Amino acid sequence: MTLFLPIAEVSVNAFALIGIGAIVGFLSGLFGVGGGFLITPLLFFIGIPPAVAVATGANQVVASSISGVLAQLKRKAVDFRMGVVLLVGGFIGSALGIWVFSLLSAAGQVDLFVQLSYVLFLGLVGLMMFQESLRAILRARKAGKVEVRRAHVHTWVHRLPLKMKFRASGLYISVLPPLGVGAIVGFLSAVMGVGGGFIMVPAMIYLLGMPTKVVIGTSLFQIIFVTAFTTVMHAVSSQTVDILLALTLIGGGVIGAQIGARVGVKLRADQMRILLALLVLAVCFRVGLDLLLTPEEFYSITPGRLP
Amino acid sequence: MKRLILALLLAASPALANDPGEEIVAGLSQSSVSITADYAGAEILIYGAVKREAPPPKGGTVQVIVTVEGPEGPVSVRRKDRIWGIWQNNAAVEIDRAPSFYAVVTSGPLSRVLSETDDLRHRITIPRAIRSVGIASDADESPAFVNALQRIRTEEGKYSLREGGVQLTEQTLFRTDVGLPAALVEGDYTVRIFLTREGRVIDTIKRRIWVRKAGLERFMYQSAHDWPLLYGLASLLIAALAGWAASALFARFRP
Repeated sequence: MTLFLPIAEVSVNAFALIGIGAIVGFLSGLFGVGGGFLITPLLFFIGIPPAVAVATGANQVVASSISGVLAQLKRKAVDFRMGVVLLVGGFIGSALGIWVFSLLSAAGQVDLFVQLSYVLFLGLVGLMMFQESLRAILRARKAGKVEVRRAHVHTWVHRLPLKMKFRASGLYISVLPPLGVGAIVGFLSAVMGVGGGFIMVPAMIYLLGMPTKVVIGTSLFQIIFVTAFTTVMHAVSSQTVDILLALTLIGGGVIGAQIGARVGVKLRADQMRILLALLVLAVCFRVGLDLLLTPEEFYSITPGRLP
Repeated sequence: MKRLILALLLAASPALANDPGEEIVAGLSQSSVSITADYAGAEILIYGAVKREAPPPKGGTVQVIVTVEGPEGPVSVRRKDRIWGIWQNNAAVEIDRAPSFYAVVTSGPLSRVLSETDDLRHRITIPRAIRSVGIASDADESPAFVNALQRIRTEEGKYSLREGGVQLTEQTLFRTDVGLPAALVEGDYTVRIFLTREGRVIDTIKRRIWVRKAGLERFMYQSAHDWPLLYGLASLLIAALAGWAASALFARFRP
């Protein structure tokens, strides 16, 4: 069954779209990532124009994140106060990102910048998570028991001013690190068309020291608002949000997210992290390959005049 | 005065002798295409006949060329180069005007059907339909960029040349099919039919196909462009509702 998309102006297979939505939704529910870093490349792959893929991907992430957050809310796994602090940073970063994006698109270097960001951030985060979770699994296996970790490891993060109590996370830390993390994620959201969960989740665990239990819900909570902001910005500035495309993706996505959240409860935290790490590294590798291998087609066409 | 009329008649007579008054009469299977949600391409049948005042002259045959052209606009072509080991967009060339869709169908091999001069005059073949005069040149080898545009759009099925695709019966009746792709730009599509003899165009007519989004597609496209903020908020509302509905639905099935 084919579907003509009114904004993307291409005809695509509806089942392929639902399938993509379901896969991404499943991962979203499982890991607490929005799934934008997967959905945008997948949409490119089936022939959706990049601008529409980025904007509509953000809209889809809103839906799957809401579905995911509602599942997490029932488990009381959302730290609202932390979410709001991250969000304030997110909006600052997002505004900055939109500005940089317009500069780069004028220079015709958006593709390169997006690809480099993917390789850099996915590679960095993926390697860190992979190494850490592998070590945790090996340690647990060797000792035959789960290692007892100290609740608080005091680092430079804890010496910063403007401290605030985050009860749900059991933290008393400065608001500056979460603001900074939020800003970086907001920036990436605008530039890469992703929610930023893949960087937010490890930053919350390793940098802020939040318990894994509340990380996913809080990350999803923040992602809803950042991607909602991105969606509206894209709709207003470039009219690239395709509701029909979003609806099809959402149809698959919300169901996938529910199943993912259910499966996530059964998996152990370190197993979950190593799976996410592998997925992140795979996408990083795929995008990186495009930059290094000699392309089949050297030329690309964009409608409109040169700036 | 008499001499002048005589001179005029003499000047006109070879043309008169050569011209059997051949004219095209043609029709299209449809003059409008509606893009609805289930649109997956369309086939246009173009048919017609050659009307003659007198029997066709001996020697040489008439040939028919049909072109279908989509809305045109400027395009930018960029080339990737390897810089510091990474492939990235480097040189760029702007092409004044290029059609979003262009199909040429002929009744015989192009070199026999159409002369170079008449191709130039009527802009019939694909390279002629791309207006690259006064190209804004950032690169020395801009023809390579125009070739790339042709090659990529041909691969995408947007540009095509089908020699011998027009069936011509008894030097009079002709018909051909032109397929419009699934990825289609809205606008007026121009169908041109050329009648040629020995490579020279002797008659031409134009027809128009309206390509428009219809129904839901039209409504969505227009809302996105006329009320972008409202459209953005609506898409959020739909996303929120869908997310909530799925969550509520699954909560009900929870064991």
